[in-house]
Amino acid sequence: MIKNLSLLKPNRESLHVYVSLGAAFFILGIADVTFNIFEFFPIWISFFIPLVLCFYGLHLIRIEFSGIKILDILNKNINSNWFNAILSIFAIFLLIKSIPPILDWLFFDATFIGSKKEDCTGDGACWVFINVWFERLMYGLYPINEIWRINAAFIGLILIVGLAFFVSAKIKNYVLIFLIFVYPFIMISLISGGNFGLEWVETNAWGGLALTFIISIFALTFCFPVGLFLALGRRSSYPVIKYASIGFIEFWRGVPLITVLFMASVMFPMFLPEDTYMDKLVRVIIAITLFESAYMAEVVRGGLQALPRGQYDAGKSLGMGYWRMHLLIIMPQALKLVIPGIANTFLALVKDTPLILVVGLLELIGMIDMAKTNPKWLGFAAEGYVFAGFVFWIICYAMSRYSISLERKYKTDR
Amino acid sequence: MKIKNFNLGLGNFLDNNPKLSNFLPQAVTLFAIIFIIGFFTFNAQTNMDTRGIDFGFGFLSQESSFDIQFSLIDYDGSHSYAKAYLVGLLNTLLVSAVGIFFATVLGVIVGISRLSSNYLIAKLAEIYVEIFRNIPLLLQIFFWYFAALRALPLPNEAITFFDVSFLTIKGFFIPKFVWTNFPVVFYSFVAAIVSIVFIYIYGKRKQEATGQRIPVFFISIALLVILPLVASLLGGVSVELETPLLVQQSETIFNFKGGINIIPELMALALALSLYTATFIAECVRAGIMGVGKGQKEAAASIGLTPGQVLKLVIMPQALRIIIPPTTNQYLNLTKNSSLAAAIAYPDLVLVFAGTAMMQTGRAIEIVSITMLTYLSLSIAISIFMNWYNKKIAIKEK
Repeated sequence: MIKNLSLLKPNRESLHVYVSLGAAFFILGIADVTFNIFEFFPIWISFFIPLVLCFYGLHLIRIEFSGIKILDILNKNINSNWFNAILSIFAIFLLIKSIPPILDWLFFDATFIGSKKEDCTGDGACWVFINVWFERLMYGLYPINEIWRINAAFIGLILIVGLAFFVSAKIKNYVLIFLIFVYPFIMISLISGGNFGLEWVETNAWGGLALTFIISIFALTFCFPVGLFLALGRRSSYPVIKYASIGFIEFWRGVPLITVLFMASVMFPMFLPEDTYMDKLVRVIIAITLFESAYMAEVVRGGLQALPRGQYDAGKSLGMGYWRMHLLIIMPQALKLVIPGIANTFLALVKDTPLILVVGLLELIGMIDMAKTNPKWLGFAAEGYVFAGFVFWIICYAMSRYSISLERKYKTDR
Repeated sequence: MKIKNFNLGLGNFLDNNPKLSNFLPQAVTLFAIIFIIGFFTFNAQTNMDTRGIDFGFGFLSQESSFDIQFSLIDYDGSHSYAKAYLVGLLNTLLVSAVGIFFATVLGVIVGISRLSSNYLIAKLAEIYVEIFRNIPLLLQIFFWYFAALRALPLPNEAITFFDVSFLTIKGFFIPKFVWTNFPVVFYSFVAAIVSIVFIYIYGKRKQEATGQRIPVFFISIALLVILPLVASLLGGVSVELETPLLVQQSETIFNFKGGINIIPELMALALALSLYTATFIAECVRAGIMGVGKGQKEAAASIGLTPGQVLKLVIMPQALRIIIPPTTNQYLNLTKNSSLAAAIAYPDLVLVFAGTAMMQTGRAIEIVSITMLTYLSLSIAISIFMNWYNKKIAIKEK
């Protein structure tokens, strides 16, 4: 058996020898990366030893149709040729070098319990910072005693959304209408107060993650219909409406959101009649709505353009007018086509909300900025940003997964 | 069919008068637009009258009297607001160009990696895309600036690269090239590019006429290297390297002098912009390559092209047609997103002009309009170019 053993060309005859030899080399290489066994060599040799060991190991186990299932899967997926083997080795080294320190920082060396900065003694993250500031990060400068109002508003929202999933289709429509046209205003009056014996809370005090949600919900609700009309306007046969829509869309798409927010905060008050005052939050929501509706319009237009002409002709031949044709035939099909695009626009909107920082409204990231400059809590920027990143990541990832499931649900073959 | 009785009286009336039904909606829209613009203008006029401000762009030639931390051109407080605007614009363009370059390189690599047959590589690329795409850009900029780059060492303990570049908390100090007779190099470079264009055209014609291929790529590389080299040897060009030197400013404060300082704001911004935009470019590249039919690849392979030729001559020309339009969109987004610079005080157009200059002059309307128009003209210029390019590369069907 040993006779056929060639060290450069593995073959199937002495499969087990090659596989165990290759695995040994590979494990030795991995062990060298972790524990630096060959430290006694000069640096320029010991640096490449694990690479060479792993490469040779993978070379030895690269035997086609070995009959061992795991080995075949492994060879096919990470070890199909020498180039792929090198890529895999680099990927594994990268993971070995980067994952443990990150996990250490996040969990194993981190401090979770405590109430002061001094409680953080480990080398890892100081989650006490998040713990102490949690209420501020969620609700901003909202009075602590009134926080139940924000909670109630959002719990109500979740309940109604949940309700919409379980009731029959007919009632569902009414629930949705209530959710879109009535509930936002109930929410706002509950949070801002001023009537029903609730204490008035100025919008300056709103903040934290709650503000992110408030702005996103309002802008999402409004930008969708505005975008629909703009998209229809852009495809209108009336030149005035068409060019007005094009001008509007291209204007908002051409400027960065930050300048739009500047416009809303410093320039727009100049355009209002004297003695009228519009709350900054309202101005910001209008600005974000107009900005995102232009993007929404382009997405919807894509769907409208993708529909074959026959659908329009069919609608007209049934004697439908413009609005009825669009409502019953065109829009349902066009919107279905562009679900991913709509989801991307919504995602962009949620990710854009932190920008309101530049006009002095402090949502989650703004609050972290404030917390980290607090003299008692200097030096915890990383923890704050990692936490905020995690929160936003969950929101955005959930949204994109939901859009994919919607896309599958409404997918029809043509 | 819930909406059965939708026809109002007006609808019937309009249907019977086609001319009017064509005219009326447009007239109403036009009137509404004019009314809104008029209303705003009127209000702005009265507001400015009561506050005693007059509208005008005369302030642009006044002395700005503020300094800018980082400038590509010669600038200090004694220059005009117009020059400050130019400094801001150039800084915006600089960070956009750097961001676009790195985002493209990374995006193409990641996009191809996601289609790799190697499971580990494909998975790593996917994880990267999913993480960086779903976190707000502002947060990423803050993270790199306030958390990651703040962990860099002080100048006296700098991380050194080859003894000429130093990475510190105050920025990345790299050596500066000091040229004598620079125009010689520049013109020889231009000459090399022009001759490459001619060789390319000649090579294409020759291939169409005779079928012979000229190694245009290698000739181009050779020209690009040899021509400036020969010219600088003959033209008396010399290069000196001005390396940054550690200077003690006081007992405990050190800093580097000389060379070029890439300030941490620029680094953080470029890093965040490229890492964020690369995820979107990667998705464009992936979609483009997947959009080319499998049959194309198989057909190309079956007529005997090598894998490299398949990629270069069959897959890429078709994939680029799908990749380029959304990718330019991402470039445009990156340029617009570079305005987030204002949040970490990188002196870009927004910070310098819509921030500092507006604070000093108080001319909100003029300054915000100029800033918006600048970005607007940038985007319109790029989209006009893109439309032209799209038309050029579109499949010409008979």
